[in-house]
Amino acid sequence: MERRTIFSGWLLPVVLVLPQLALTVVFFLWPAGQAIWSSMTRTDAFGIRTMFVGLENFSDLFTDPLYLDTIERSVFFCAAVAALSMGVALVLASAADREIRFRGLYRVLLVWPYAIAPAVAAVLWILLLHPQIGLIGRWLNSIGIPWDYKLNDTQAMLVVILASAWKQVSYNFIFFLAGLQSIPRAIIEAARMDGARGFFRFRTVVLPLLMPTVFFLLVVNLVYAAFDTFATIIALTDGGPGKATETLVVKVYRDGVVNLDIGSSSAQSVVLMAGVIVLTALQFRFLGRRSGGG
Amino acid sequence: MNGRTDWFAHLVLCLGALLFLLPIWLVISGSTLDPAAIARGELSLVPRLSGLGVYASVLTQGSPGAGPVWRMLMVSAGMALAIAFGKIIISVLSAYAVAFFRFPFRMTAFWIIFITLMLPVEVRIIPTYTVMSNLGLINTFPGLTVPLIASATATLLFRQTFLAVPDELFEAARMDGAGPWRFLRDILLPVSAANIAALFVILFVYGWNQYLWPLLVATDPKLDTIVIGIVKMIGTETQTEWNRVMATAVLALLPPVMVVMLMQHWFVKGLTEGDK
Repeated sequence: MERRTIFSGWLLPVVLVLPQLALTVVFFLWPAGQAIWSSMTRTDAFGIRTMFVGLENFSDLFTDPLYLDTIERSVFFCAAVAALSMGVALVLASAADREIRFRGLYRVLLVWPYAIAPAVAAVLWILLLHPQIGLIGRWLNSIGIPWDYKLNDTQAMLVVILASAWKQVSYNFIFFLAGLQSIPRAIIEAARMDGARGFFRFRTVVLPLLMPTVFFLLVVNLVYAAFDTFATIIALTDGGPGKATETLVVKVYRDGVVNLDIGSSSAQSVVLMAGVIVLTALQFRFLGRRSGGG
Repeated sequence: MNGRTDWFAHLVLCLGALLFLLPIWLVISGSTLDPAAIARGELSLVPRLSGLGVYASVLTQGSPGAGPVWRMLMVSAGMALAIAFGKIIISVLSAYAVAFFRFPFRMTAFWIIFITLMLPVEVRIIPTYTVMSNLGLINTFPGLTVPLIASATATLLFRQTFLAVPDELFEAARMDGAGPWRFLRDILLPVSAANIAALFVILFVYGWNQYLWPLLVATDPKLDTIVIGIVKMIGTETQTEWNRVMATAVLALLPPVMVVMLMQHWFVKGLTEGDK
C-alpha cells in the first residue's frame, strides 16, 4: 500500500529516518553479523588464536546429545506453556463474553496481570510452591507427597511451566475476548435457534470463527515461552536442578556469559535467529489473513 | 439469558480473578510478617500491621545482596520512561518519513527497520555485549536504554495509521499552507493519539520488566533495576529475608500495574486493534 499524496524533498525524510536506522544498524545488524561470523570461528584453549572453522560449530552442536536434549526440552516447555496459558485464557474469555453483572470489574481483574514482570511472577510462585516456606509446597509435604522442585527434575519443570503460563494468561485473555466480541451476535443467535447449545455450539460455531486469533496467539505464545521466560526460569530454578529446566535461551546464556564458549554460544544464537525468523514469517502470514478477513 | 449458565460464568470468572489476586494478597501480607516466622514456614494470609515498617526500611536501606529500593525504582522508572518515549518519538518520525515522503533507498530503509523484528535481544546476547563494550556503553544509563529503543513494531503500527489518513485531509492541510512539521503536529499526532497512549502502556511495561538486558550491560549495583534487585535478593538463598523480598516485589509491581489500570481502555483497544 502506498500514499498518492506526499510531500516533496528528500533531505527532511532522510533526517527523520536516520535515528531509527542508526540504532538498527548499530545494535541489531552489526551484532547479528558478528554472531554469524563468530559462529564460524573457534578460539584455542589459551584464548590467543581465533581461527575460521566454517560450519564446524554447527555440526558439533547438532551432534551434541546435550544440545539435542535442550531442543527437545524447550519444545516441550513452549508447547506446554502455550497450551496451558491459552486454554485457561479461552475459558475465562468465554465466560467474560456474556451480558452478566460485574463484567467490567471481572475484566479489570483479569487484565491487570499483564503488568507483572516475569521475574516478579517467579517470586509469587516461590511463595506458593517453595518446599519450606511456600503455602502449597509445605502442604504437599505435610500430607506425605515429597515436594522439592530444587531437587526433583519433573517438579522443577512443572513449576517453571506453571509460573510462565500464569503470567501470560492476561495477554491471551485480552485477545480472546476481543476475538469473541468480534463474532456477530446474529450468528450465535442463529445457532441457538437451531438448537446448538453449550460446548457443542462453542466447538462448531464459535471456535472456527476464532481460529485466526488462536493461530496468532499460538505464535506469540511460543515466542514468549522461548524468550521472555528467561527471568522466570533463572529466578525459580536457575535452569536446574542440573539441566532439568535449561531452555535454549538459558543455555546460550550459560555457555556464552558464564562459561565463555563464544563460538558455540554464537552458533546457538544463529540457530535461535533462524527459529525466530520462521516464527515471525508465520505470524505475518496469519496477521495478513487476520486483517485481510476484516 | 439463562440463569444457570450465568452462575457458571460468575464462578469461572471469580476463580480466574482469585488465581491472580490470591498470590498478590499473599505477597502483600507476607511482606508484613516476621522473616523468622516465614522461614519456619508460617506464611499466612493475615497481614501484621506492625510489620508495615518494612516498606520504609527496604526503600531507604535495601536488603542483603541489594541496595536501597528507592534507587532501583528510580533506575527502573528512568529506563521504562526513556524506552517508552524514545521508541514512540523515533518510530513516529521514521514512519512519517516512510509514509509521506519519497527518498532514495526508502524501501531499503524500511526493510532494514523491519528486520529488527526478527532479532530479539535474547538471540544475540554475546555479540551485542561486544558491540556495547566497543562503544564504551557498559555500565551506563544510555547503554541500558538506547539499544532497546529501536522498534520495528511501533514503526509498522504508525506507518499503518498514517497510510490510512485520507488524501483529502492531506490536500486540505496543504492548501491551508501547512508544511511538513505543522502537518505532523496538528493532524497526524492528534489522529494517532489513541495509538500513542496504547503504545505507551505496552512499552512502559516492556521497559520496566526487562531482565536479561540490564543483567548483561549493567553490572554496577548503582544501575540495578528493581527487577534485577529482586532476583539478586532471592539468589542469596541461605539468608533470604523473605519479608524484604516480598515488600520489594510489591513495590516493583505497583508502577506498571497502575499504568495498565489507569490506561486500560486505550491499552486494550490499541493492543487488539493494532497489529501487536
